[in-house]
Amino acid sequence: MQNTKTQDTLVGLFVACGIAALFFMAMQISNLSAFSNNKTYTITANFENSGGLKVKSPVSVAGVRIGRVSNISINKDSYESVVEMLIEAQYNLPDDTSASIFTAGLLGEQYISLEPGGSEDFMQQGGMIDITQSAIVLEEVIGQFLFDKAAEE
Amino acid sequence: MTHFLQRLGHTTLSSFAKLGRGSFFLIQILSACLSVFLRPKLLIKQLYSVGVLSFLIITISGLFVGMVLGLQGFYILSDFGAEETLGIMVAASLVRELGPVVSALLFAGRAGSALTAEIGLMKATEQLSGMEMMAIDPIKRIIAPRFLAGFISMPLLSALFSSIGVLGGHMIGVGVLGVDDGSYWAQMQAGLDFQDDIINGIIKSIVFGFAISWISLFEGYDTIPTSEGVSRATTRTVVNSAFTILGLDFILTALMFGDI
Repeated sequence: MQNTKTQDTLVGLFVACGIAALFFMAMQISNLSAFSNNKTYTITANFENSGGLKVKSPVSVAGVRIGRVSNISINKDSYESVVEMLIEAQYNLPDDTSASIFTAGLLGEQYISLEPGGSEDFMQQGGMIDITQSAIVLEEVIGQFLFDKAAEE
Repeated sequence: MTHFLQRLGHTTLSSFAKLGRGSFFLIQILSACLSVFLRPKLLIKQLYSVGVLSFLIITISGLFVGMVLGLQGFYILSDFGAEETLGIMVAASLVRELGPVVSALLFAGRAGSALTAEIGLMKATEQLSGMEMMAIDPIKRIIAPRFLAGFISMPLLSALFSSIGVLGGHMIGVGVLGVDDGSYWAQMQAGLDFQDDIINGIIKSIVFGFAISWISLFEGYDTIPTSEGVSRATTRTVVNSAFTILGLDFILTALMFGDI
Protein backbone atom coordinates (compact mmCIF):
# COMPACT_ATOMS: atom_id res chain seq x y z
CA MET A 1 0.00 0.00 0.00
CA GLN A 2 2.30 2.73 -1.28
CA ASN A 3 -0.60 5.13 -1.42
CA THR A 4 -1.36 4.96 2.30
CA LYS A 5 2.25 5.66 3.12
CA THR A 6 2.33 8.81 1.01
CA GLN A 7 -0.92 9.87 2.60
CA ASP A 8 0.48 9.34 6.09
CA THR A 9 3.57 11.36 5.22
CA LEU A 10 1.54 14.21 3.76
CA VAL A 11 -0.75 14.31 6.80
CA GLY A 12 2.31 14.30 9.05
CA LEU A 13 3.80 17.13 7.04
CA PHE A 14 0.55 19.09 7.24
CA VAL A 15 0.27 18.69 11.01
CA ALA A 16 3.95 19.58 11.43
CA CYS A 17 3.49 22.72 9.30
CA GLY A 18 0.44 23.72 11.34
CA ILE A 19 2.23 23.27 14.63
CA ALA A 20 5.24 25.15 13.28
CA ALA A 21 2.89 28.00 12.34
CA LEU A 22 1.39 28.03 15.85
CA PHE A 23 4.89 28.09 17.29
CA PHE A 24 5.87 30.90 14.92
CA MET A 25 2.83 32.91 16.01
CA ALA A 26 3.66 32.41 19.68
CA MET A 27 7.34 33.25 19.45
CA GLN A 28 7.70 35.66 16.57
CA ILE A 29 4.40 37.51 16.35
CA SER A 30 3.47 37.86 20.00
CA ASN A 31 5.59 38.78 22.97
CA LEU A 32 5.56 35.34 24.57
CA SER A 33 9.33 35.02 24.33
CA ALA A 34 9.83 38.29 26.23
CA PHE A 35 7.84 37.58 29.38
CA SER A 36 7.12 33.92 29.65
CA ASN A 37 8.10 32.16 32.83
CA ASN A 38 10.17 34.91 34.34
CA LYS A 39 9.47 35.66 37.96
CA THR A 40 8.25 39.14 38.70
CA TYR A 41 7.53 41.34 41.67
CA THR A 42 4.99 44.12 42.04
CA ILE A 43 5.66 47.73 42.92
CA THR A 44 3.21 50.61 42.95
CA ALA A 45 3.47 54.32 42.29
CA ASN A 46 0.98 57.14 42.79
CA PHE A 47 0.68 59.68 40.02
CA GLU A 48 -1.27 62.90 39.99
CA ASN A 49 -2.30 62.08 36.44
CA SER A 50 -1.46 58.88 34.61
CA GLY A 51 -2.56 60.30 31.25
CA GLY A 52 -2.87 57.73 28.50
CA LEU A 53 -1.05 54.99 30.38
CA LYS A 54 -2.66 51.58 29.88
CA VAL A 55 -2.41 48.14 31.37
CA LYS A 56 0.53 46.38 29.65
CA SER A 57 2.30 49.65 28.91
CA PRO A 58 6.06 49.13 29.16
CA VAL A 59 8.13 50.01 32.22
CA SER A 60 11.72 50.82 31.40
CA VAL A 61 14.99 51.85 32.98
CA ALA A 62 17.39 53.81 30.79
CA GLY A 63 15.29 52.83 27.77
CA VAL A 64 15.44 49.09 28.46
CA ARG A 65 12.13 47.37 29.10
CA ILE A 66 12.17 45.62 32.49
CA GLY A 67 8.46 45.15 33.17
CA ARG A 68 4.94 46.24 32.41
CA VAL A 69 2.00 48.00 33.99
CA SER A 70 -0.35 45.44 35.50
CA ASN A 71 -3.14 47.55 36.95
CA ILE A 72 -4.28 51.16 37.09
CA SER A 73 -6.81 52.30 39.68
CA ILE A 74 -7.70 55.42 41.58
CA ASN A 75 -7.04 56.17 45.24
CA LYS A 76 -10.47 57.08 46.62
CA ASP A 77 -9.10 59.48 49.23
CA SER A 78 -6.43 61.44 47.41
CA TYR A 79 -7.87 61.05 43.89
CA GLU A 80 -4.47 60.03 42.68
CA SER A 81 -3.90 57.35 40.09
CA VAL A 82 -2.39 54.18 41.56
CA VAL A 83 -0.28 52.31 39.02
CA GLU A 84 0.87 48.76 39.75
CA MET A 85 3.85 47.45 37.81
CA LEU A 86 5.28 43.97 37.39
CA ILE A 87 9.08 44.12 37.35
CA GLU A 88 11.19 41.12 36.36
CA ALA A 89 12.80 39.62 39.43
CA GLN A 90 16.29 39.77 37.98
CA TYR A 91 16.27 43.57 38.15
CA ASN A 92 16.75 45.11 41.58
CA LEU A 93 15.73 48.73 42.01
CA PRO A 94 16.96 51.04 44.81
CA ASP A 95 14.12 52.08 47.12
CA ASP A 96 14.52 55.75 46.22
CA THR A 97 13.81 55.11 42.55
CA SER A 98 11.67 57.78 40.90
CA ALA A 99 9.06 57.17 38.20
CA SER A 100 7.96 59.40 35.31
CA ILE A 101 5.41 58.89 32.57
CA PHE A 102 6.82 59.69 29.15
CA THR A 103 5.52 59.41 25.62
CA ALA A 104 7.42 57.45 23.00
CA GLY A 105 7.65 59.95 20.15
CA LEU A 106 5.15 62.73 19.66
CA LEU A 107 2.09 60.54 19.22
CA GLY A 108 3.42 57.23 20.49
CA GLU A 109 2.25 55.19 23.44
CA GLN A 110 2.96 56.27 26.98
CA TYR A 111 5.36 54.34 29.19
CA ILE A 112 6.85 54.55 32.66
CA SER A 113 10.49 55.43 32.90
CA LEU A 114 12.18 54.56 36.19
CA GLU A 115 15.19 56.54 37.37
CA PRO A 116 17.17 54.54 39.99
CA GLY A 117 18.41 56.53 42.98
CA GLY A 118 21.53 56.00 45.07
CA SER A 119 20.09 54.06 48.00
CA GLU A 120 21.75 50.85 49.18
CA ASP A 121 18.41 49.16 49.91
CA PHE A 122 16.33 47.54 47.20
CA MET A 123 12.61 47.63 46.52
CA GLN A 124 10.72 44.61 47.81
CA GLN A 125 7.52 42.98 46.60
CA GLY A 126 4.72 45.51 47.13
CA GLY A 127 7.16 48.41 47.39
CA MET A 128 6.07 51.96 46.74
CA ILE A 129 7.70 54.62 44.60
CA ASP A 130 7.47 58.00 46.36
CA ILE A 131 8.93 60.36 43.80
CA THR A 132 6.75 60.50 40.70
CA GLN A 133 6.24 62.79 37.76
CA SER A 134 2.87 62.79 36.03
CA ALA A 135 2.14 62.33 32.39
CA ILE A 136 2.47 65.44 30.29
CA VAL A 137 -0.91 66.29 28.85
CA LEU A 138 -0.35 68.01 25.54
CA GLU A 139 -3.35 70.33 25.88
CA GLU A 140 -2.10 71.64 29.23
CA VAL A 141 1.35 72.34 27.81
CA ILE A 142 -0.07 74.19 24.82
CA GLY A 143 -2.48 76.09 27.05
CA GLN A 144 0.36 77.10 29.37
CA PHE A 145 2.48 78.16 26.41
CA LEU A 146 -0.26 80.34 24.94
CA PHE A 147 -0.95 81.85 28.35
CA ASP A 148 2.74 82.73 28.83
CA LYS A 149 2.93 84.25 25.36
CA ALA A 150 -0.11 86.40 26.07
CA ALA A 151 1.34 87.53 29.40
CA GLU A 152 4.60 88.58 27.77
CA GLU A 153 2.98 90.97 25.33
CA MET B 1 -54.10 34.97 4.02
CA THR B 2 -54.65 31.49 5.37
CA HIS B 3 -52.23 30.27 2.76
CA PHE B 4 -49.59 32.71 3.99
CA LEU B 5 -50.11 31.74 7.62
CA GLN B 6 -49.93 28.09 6.69
CA ARG B 7 -46.64 28.61 4.91
CA LEU B 8 -45.21 30.63 7.78
CA GLY B 9 -46.19 27.91 10.22
CA HIS B 10 -44.75 25.23 7.99
CA THR B 11 -41.41 27.07 7.63
CA THR B 12 -41.15 27.67 11.36
CA LEU B 13 -41.99 24.09 12.26
CA SER B 14 -39.65 22.60 9.69
CA SER B 15 -36.75 24.83 10.73
CA PHE B 16 -37.31 23.83 14.36
CA ALA B 17 -37.45 20.20 13.32
CA LYS B 18 -34.21 20.62 11.42
CA LEU B 19 -32.55 22.27 14.40
CA GLY B 20 -33.66 19.37 16.54
CA ARG B 21 -32.37 16.78 14.05
CA GLY B 22 -29.11 18.75 13.84
CA SER B 23 -28.64 18.80 17.60
CA PHE B 24 -29.43 15.13 17.92
CA PHE B 25 -26.99 14.42 15.10
CA LEU B 26 -24.29 16.42 16.91
CA ILE B 27 -24.82 14.43 20.11
CA GLN B 28 -24.52 11.22 18.11
CA ILE B 29 -21.28 12.41 16.51
CA LEU B 30 -19.77 13.53 19.80
CA SER B 31 -20.54 10.25 21.49
CA ALA B 32 -19.04 8.38 18.53
CA CYS B 33 -15.87 10.49 18.50
CA LEU B 34 -13.97 8.38 21.02
CA SER B 35 -14.32 5.24 18.92
CA VAL B 36 -12.47 7.00 16.09
CA PHE B 37 -9.25 6.72 18.07
CA LEU B 38 -9.58 2.95 17.87
CA ARG B 39 -9.23 3.26 14.10
CA PRO B 40 -6.74 6.08 13.50
CA LYS B 41 -6.38 5.03 9.83
CA LEU B 42 -9.84 6.42 9.10
CA LEU B 43 -8.95 9.73 10.72
CA ILE B 44 -5.69 10.02 8.79
CA LYS B 45 -7.47 9.42 5.52
CA GLN B 46 -9.92 12.23 6.31
CA LEU B 47 -7.18 14.54 7.57
CA TYR B 48 -5.62 14.06 4.16
CA SER B 49 -8.73 14.93 2.18
CA VAL B 50 -9.92 17.70 4.50
CA GLY B 51 -6.64 19.21 5.69
CA VAL B 52 -3.84 18.44 3.29
CA LEU B 53 -5.89 19.17 0.19
CA SER B 54 -6.94 22.56 1.63
CA PHE B 55 -3.31 23.38 2.40
CA LEU B 56 -2.52 24.99 -0.94
CA ILE B 57 -5.53 27.28 -1.20
CA ILE B 58 -5.06 28.42 2.40
CA THR B 59 -1.36 29.21 2.08
CA ILE B 60 -1.73 31.00 -1.25
CA SER B 61 -4.69 33.05 -0.02
CA GLY B 62 -2.83 33.83 3.20
CA LEU B 63 0.18 35.04 1.25
CA PHE B 64 -1.89 37.31 -0.96
CA VAL B 65 -4.06 38.67 1.85
CA GLY B 66 -0.89 39.51 3.79
CA MET B 67 0.66 41.15 0.76
CA VAL B 68 -2.42 43.27 0.09
CA LEU B 69 -2.61 44.28 3.75
CA GLY B 70 1.05 45.31 3.60
CA LEU B 71 0.45 47.36 0.47
CA GLN B 72 -2.75 49.09 1.59
CA GLY B 73 -1.53 49.57 5.14
CA PHE B 74 1.64 51.17 3.87
CA TYR B 75 -0.21 53.66 1.66
CA ILE B 76 -2.43 54.84 4.51
CA LEU B 77 0.16 54.72 7.29
CA SER B 78 2.75 56.61 5.23
CA ASP B 79 0.33 59.56 5.10
CA PHE B 80 0.88 59.89 8.83
CA GLY B 81 4.55 59.02 8.73
CA ALA B 82 3.79 55.87 10.67
CA GLU B 83 5.03 53.21 8.23
CA GLU B 84 6.95 51.62 11.09
CA THR B 85 3.69 50.40 12.62
CA LEU B 86 2.90 48.35 9.52
CA GLY B 87 3.93 45.17 11.34
CA ILE B 88 1.34 45.45 14.08
CA MET B 89 -1.38 46.48 11.64
CA VAL B 90 -0.81 43.46 9.43
CA ALA B 91 -0.34 41.01 12.29
CA ALA B 92 -3.23 42.23 14.43
CA SER B 93 -5.74 42.16 11.58
CA LEU B 94 -4.55 38.71 10.50
CA VAL B 95 -4.29 37.05 13.90
CA ARG B 96 -7.48 38.49 15.35
CA GLU B 97 -9.87 38.53 12.42
CA LEU B 98 -8.77 37.72 8.91
CA GLY B 99 -6.82 34.58 9.72
CA PRO B 100 -9.65 32.69 11.44
CA VAL B 101 -12.50 34.13 9.33
CA VAL B 102 -11.06 33.99 5.82
CA SER B 103 -9.51 30.59 6.33
CA ALA B 104 -12.85 29.35 7.72
CA LEU B 105 -14.72 30.71 4.69
CA LEU B 106 -12.22 29.08 2.34
CA PHE B 107 -12.38 25.88 4.35
CA ALA B 108 -16.19 25.84 4.11
CA GLY B 109 -15.96 26.30 0.36
CA ARG B 110 -13.14 23.85 -0.20
CA ALA B 111 -13.71 21.08 2.35
CA GLY B 112 -17.22 21.63 3.72
CA SER B 113 -18.92 21.46 0.32
CA ALA B 114 -16.94 18.32 -0.54
CA LEU B 115 -18.03 16.68 2.73
CA THR B 116 -21.69 17.47 2.09
CA ALA B 117 -21.55 16.21 -1.49
CA GLU B 118 -19.78 13.02 -0.42
CA ILE B 119 -22.17 12.20 2.42
CA GLY B 120 -25.16 13.26 0.36
CA LEU B 121 -24.20 10.96 -2.50
CA MET B 122 -23.57 8.13 -0.04
CA LYS B 123 -27.09 8.64 1.19
CA ALA B 124 -28.57 8.97 -2.31
CA THR B 125 -26.88 5.77 -3.46
CA GLU B 126 -28.00 4.08 -0.22
CA GLN B 127 -24.48 3.29 0.93
CA LEU B 128 -25.33 4.53 4.40
CA SER B 129 -28.38 2.25 4.61
CA GLY B 130 -26.22 -0.57 3.27
CA MET B 131 -23.78 -0.09 6.10
CA GLU B 132 -26.58 -0.18 8.62
CA MET B 133 -27.73 -3.45 7.08
CA MET B 134 -24.26 -4.85 7.69
CA ALA B 135 -24.48 -3.65 11.31
CA ILE B 136 -21.82 -1.00 10.77
CA ASP B 137 -22.71 2.29 12.40
CA PRO B 138 -22.28 4.94 9.65
CA ILE B 139 -21.96 7.66 12.30
CA LYS B 140 -18.93 5.94 13.77
CA ARG B 141 -17.44 4.77 10.51
CA ILE B 142 -18.14 7.69 8.15
CA ILE B 143 -19.27 10.79 10.00
CA ALA B 144 -17.17 10.96 13.16
CA PRO B 145 -13.74 10.70 11.46
CA ARG B 146 -14.70 13.50 9.08
CA PHE B 147 -15.96 15.63 11.94
CA LEU B 148 -12.76 15.19 13.92
CA ALA B 149 -10.63 15.84 10.85
CA GLY B 150 -12.37 19.17 10.26
CA PHE B 151 -12.14 20.04 13.92
CA ILE B 152 -8.39 19.32 14.01
CA SER B 153 -7.50 20.85 10.64
CA MET B 154 -9.19 24.19 11.08
CA PRO B 155 -6.94 25.70 13.80
CA LEU B 156 -3.84 24.45 12.01
CA LEU B 157 -4.97 25.93 8.70
CA SER B 158 -5.87 29.21 10.35
CA ALA B 159 -2.47 29.40 12.07
CA LEU B 160 -0.83 28.72 8.73
CA PHE B 161 -2.92 31.42 7.09
CA SER B 162 -1.95 34.03 9.68
CA SER B 163 1.74 33.12 9.70
CA ILE B 164 2.05 33.10 5.93
CA GLY B 165 0.10 36.37 5.81
CA VAL B 166 2.52 38.02 8.23
CA LEU B 167 5.40 36.81 6.07
CA GLY B 168 3.61 38.13 2.96
CA GLY B 169 3.19 41.53 4.61
CA HIS B 170 6.87 41.41 5.51
CA MET B 171 7.78 40.58 1.92
CA ILE B 172 5.91 43.61 0.56
CA GLY B 173 6.45 46.03 3.44
CA VAL B 174 10.11 45.34 4.17
CA GLY B 175 11.23 43.84 0.89
CA VAL B 176 9.55 46.17 -1.58
CA LEU B 177 8.39 49.31 0.21
CA GLY B 178 11.37 49.75 2.50
CA VAL B 179 9.88 49.56 6.02
CA ASP B 180 12.59 48.84 8.56
CA ASP B 181 12.91 45.11 9.24
CA GLY B 182 13.55 45.52 12.97
CA SER B 183 10.60 47.79 13.61
CA TYR B 184 8.27 45.55 11.60
CA TRP B 185 8.86 42.70 14.06
CA ALA B 186 9.41 44.82 17.17
CA GLN B 187 6.14 46.75 16.81
CA MET B 188 4.34 43.48 16.24
CA GLN B 189 5.80 41.81 19.30
CA ALA B 190 5.21 44.85 21.48
CA GLY B 191 1.61 45.25 20.36
CA LEU B 192 0.31 41.69 20.30
CA ASP B 193 -0.23 39.64 23.38
CA PHE B 194 0.03 35.86 23.37
CA GLN B 195 -3.02 35.28 25.51
CA ASP B 196 -5.27 38.07 24.31
CA ASP B 197 -4.57 37.91 20.61
CA ILE B 198 -3.04 34.60 19.56
CA ILE B 199 -5.02 32.34 21.87
CA ASN B 200 -8.27 34.16 21.12
CA GLY B 201 -7.63 33.79 17.39
CA ILE B 202 -7.04 30.07 17.86
CA ILE B 203 -10.22 29.74 19.93
CA LYS B 204 -12.13 31.42 17.12
CA SER B 205 -10.76 29.00 14.54
CA ILE B 206 -11.61 26.01 16.75
CA VAL B 207 -15.20 27.25 17.09
CA PHE B 208 -15.42 27.79 13.32
CA GLY B 209 -13.98 24.35 12.63
CA PHE B 210 -16.61 22.82 14.89
CA ALA B 211 -19.43 24.77 13.25
CA ILE B 212 -18.35 24.09 9.66
CA SER B 213 -17.87 20.37 10.23
CA TRP B 214 -21.21 20.10 11.96
CA ILE B 215 -23.12 22.05 9.31
CA SER B 216 -21.56 20.33 6.31
CA LEU B 217 -21.94 16.81 7.70
CA PHE B 218 -25.48 17.45 8.84
CA GLU B 219 -26.54 18.92 5.51
CA GLY B 220 -25.09 15.87 3.79
CA TYR B 221 -26.71 13.43 6.19
CA ASP B 222 -30.04 15.22 6.09
CA THR B 223 -30.15 15.68 2.33
CA ILE B 224 -33.07 14.65 0.12
CA PRO B 225 -31.60 11.58 -1.61
CA THR B 226 -31.80 12.82 -5.20
CA SER B 227 -29.21 14.55 -7.35
CA GLU B 228 -31.12 17.80 -6.98
CA GLY B 229 -31.27 17.37 -3.22
CA VAL B 230 -27.50 16.84 -3.03
CA SER B 231 -26.84 19.93 -5.09
CA ARG B 232 -29.14 21.99 -2.87
CA ALA B 233 -27.55 20.62 0.28
CA THR B 234 -24.09 21.55 -0.99
CA THR B 235 -25.22 25.10 -1.69
CA ARG B 236 -26.84 25.33 1.73
CA THR B 237 -23.61 24.17 3.38
CA VAL B 238 -21.59 26.98 1.86
CA VAL B 239 -24.22 29.66 2.48
CA ASN B 240 -25.09 28.58 6.02
CA SER B 241 -21.44 28.11 6.96
CA ALA B 242 -20.61 31.61 5.75
CA PHE B 243 -23.48 33.12 7.75
CA THR B 244 -22.59 31.11 10.83
CA ILE B 245 -18.90 32.02 10.62
CA LEU B 246 -19.58 35.73 10.27
CA GLY B 247 -22.23 35.77 12.98
CA LEU B 248 -20.13 33.75 15.41
CA ASP B 249 -17.15 35.94 14.63
CA PHE B 250 -19.07 39.03 15.62
CA ILE B 251 -20.21 37.45 18.88
CA LEU B 252 -16.76 36.09 19.72
CA THR B 253 -15.08 39.41 18.92
CA ALA B 254 -17.54 41.27 21.12
CA LEU B 255 -16.88 38.82 23.96
CA MET B 256 -13.09 38.70 23.57
CA PHE B 257 -12.05 42.21 22.63
CA GLY B 258 -15.04 44.07 24.01
CA ASP B 259 -13.29 45.71 26.93
CA ILE B 260 -10.50 47.31 24.91
